[in-house]
Amino acid sequence: MSTLAQPKRAPETPSPKTKKVQKEVGQDRAATSQGRWAFWLISPALVLLAVVIVYPVVNAIIMAFQKDQGLDPATKLFVQGGPAGFDNFVHWLAQQCGPAACAPGTLGSQFWSAVGTTFFFTVVTVVLETVLGFWMAVIMARTFRGRSALRAAVLVPWAIPTAVTAKLWFFIFAFDGIANKLFGTAILWTGSEWPARWAIIISDVWKTTPFMALLILAGLQIIPAEVYEAAKVDGASAWQRFTQITLPLVKPALMVAVLFRVLDALRMYDLPAIMTQGSNNTTTLSILVVEQIRQGFNSAAALSTITFLIIFLVAFIFVRFLGANAVASATPKTKGQEK
Amino acid sequence: MNTRKYLLPAAVAGVLAMSLSACGGGGGGGTASSGGDAAANLDGRGPITYVQGKDNSNVVRPLVDKWNAAHPDQKVTFKEQSDQADQQHDDLVQHFQSKDANYDVVDVDVVWTAEFAAKGWLQPLSDKMSIDTSKMLPATVKTATYNNTLFAAPQTSDGGILFYRKDLVPTPPKTWDEMMSMCSIAKQNSIDCYAGQFAKYEGLTVNAAEAINTAGGTIVGDDGKSSVNSTSAKAGLNNLVTAYKNGNIPTQGVTYQEEQGRQSFEDGKLLFLRNWPYVYNLAKTDGSSKVKDTFGMAPLPGKSGPGASSLGGHNLAVSVYSQHKATAKDFLTFMTSEETEKFYATQGSLAPVLSSLYDDPALVTQLPYLPVLKTSISNAVPRPVTPFYPAVTKAIQDNAYAAIKGDKSVDQALKDMDTAINSASQ
Repeated sequence: MSTLAQPKRAPETPSPKTKKVQKEVGQDRAATSQGRWAFWLISPALVLLAVVIVYPVVNAIIMAFQKDQGLDPATKLFVQGGPAGFDNFVHWLAQQCGPAACAPGTLGSQFWSAVGTTFFFTVVTVVLETVLGFWMAVIMARTFRGRSALRAAVLVPWAIPTAVTAKLWFFIFAFDGIANKLFGTAILWTGSEWPARWAIIISDVWKTTPFMALLILAGLQIIPAEVYEAAKVDGASAWQRFTQITLPLVKPALMVAVLFRVLDALRMYDLPAIMTQGSNNTTTLSILVVEQIRQGFNSAAALSTITFLIIFLVAFIFVRFLGANAVASATPKTKGQEK
Repeated sequence: MNTRKYLLPAAVAGVLAMSLSACGGGGGGGTASSGGDAAANLDGRGPITYVQGKDNSNVVRPLVDKWNAAHPDQKVTFKEQSDQADQQHDDLVQHFQSKDANYDVVDVDVVWTAEFAAKGWLQPLSDKMSIDTSKMLPATVKTATYNNTLFAAPQTSDGGILFYRKDLVPTPPKTWDEMMSMCSIAKQNSIDCYAGQFAKYEGLTVNAAEAINTAGGTIVGDDGKSSVNSTSAKAGLNNLVTAYKNGNIPTQGVTYQEEQGRQSFEDGKLLFLRNWPYVYNLAKTDGSSKVKDTFGMAPLPGKSGPGASSLGGHNLAVSVYSQHKATAKDFLTFMTSEETEKFYATQGSLAPVLSSLYDDPALVTQLPYLPVLKTSISNAVPRPVTPFYPAVTKAIQDNAYAAIKGDKSVDQALKDMDTAINSASQ
């Protein structure tokens, strides 16, 4: 962890610098007593967080180790299942229903395909959104008439609730919908595997690219114009300016944006749930969790714990190898924008 | 410094991810299981609460007002839930799990009754609590019965109806094969022949169950075990598979829920439509409907006579945690009385459960589909009455969908359905 974070390009990024300044101030004695004060001031918030976050999560994990209720053959009533050990986890990871493999049509049989679908959606949508978002940000960073109007307009897809977006695109991609009429095609967008997946990707990209664009735009705007002027004087081409100046300097903001989108995409629920009901291989992990809740809470708790671990792992790898310092320094800046 | 660096992002990731995790467990409350005391409070009288989904056609409020006027000391409070079935279900589950005594009388979808009964949440309607079901259509009573005990009072019903184009097909088909042979008429007019609800959702369970039951098959036997891997079930599902393959069910049929089929039918683009009675009013009155005067209604086509419809509708149940069960029972009787049923039918287009009302001339003039609906409901088979309904319907949907789309042979689909239903019901 530390080895990679050490040789950071600190002088280039402005934010780590401010951080260092804060650190020096923090050594002050007055600040130490201030710190003690601060602890007491934030402790109510910590207690609240423990109640609303730690308790449910711990409870979910405990539930994951309980068997689901079963039917008592004599009374035909449900009875408590008792401790399950790791059975619930084995059920999902090994796709075992009892002694045999889960039959198609059970939720257990869909775990790995849901993992695959979730990662597929995540990779494709985030890549597309990053590229398109960057492109939009670069355009919006230029000075032209009506720039603020454009910036506001761009936010519209992001402002629409996802469920509404999903229904909107559901109608667009209906068999008699606009998409087929426009292109003169007869594609079963929501009724066959690859069209359904692309329909969902298109909707997601439409919805979240503006979010990406605005985060990147914020990063672009802290790059001083003088840097570009200097580079121009030194004869750097447009491409060189982009790769040598823009990319490294915007990286902290970019990484935050990508990280948030990755975490968001890994939890994707509304779009596939509304557009395809998870049919045709569009069931994501979140859809699986919700369907399982209706069938048994304890298995659902195990599944959501697994999902949590997967997301955590992805976030960890991401932060560890791609941008540890970027996130640490840039997070406070984005807090207001995260919804 | 370095640990902090990784802790912060990890915490951000963790909080985001955990909000999902918490969702999984949140509804839980791993403690709830055994129900309340079914022998307690049987003589309790006093104010009660009635809970049901959104009262869209404003039929519940007048009835509650009427009851309250007559019973000032045993007032009923009406609690309206959302209009989404899933949310209603989850709301009921949460209140039952917390043993809430404030939900006295609840409205349950026919397919939830067995689950709630097996959880011990519903008051058995026997002995002191027993109600008279002799005048009700038998299939509706079956949906309210679990483990040979009546757990709810049938309140409204619903059955599938075949809507057809009178102008193109003067006499409606009586059997499935007859209907398929009439598809040439659709072809001549270059419209689609037949559609039901074949998207992968609850509607597909309804349609697949109808196909299977019509051919003489069953999905779940009386012992609660799957009985779907049979020759007659195969014949039934195969009817749908063949029709989709040869185009009698249009390609886009696998994306149809109730509304898409209705729109296609009202646009005059569909010869036969399997749907619920609600289509009647809309097809008659919608400005955009092109078939206003040219559509007819018939029972679902079967093997040799009327087909077996799946049953929709709602039952009324008394919570086992209620403290005023005597009042609750009286309210139940009031809400399923002939007068109420009539009011429901005329004001809310809700199908009655009392068989006599289907022959009431005044009602039939107002709701011309009643005789057809009666045939439909008297031939109806409830969807599997099992406490594991969510798993069973999923097994049916997934496999029937794969079979219809041709991703799987009918044999394989039914074999998988069989295994999936049995593994879910353990």
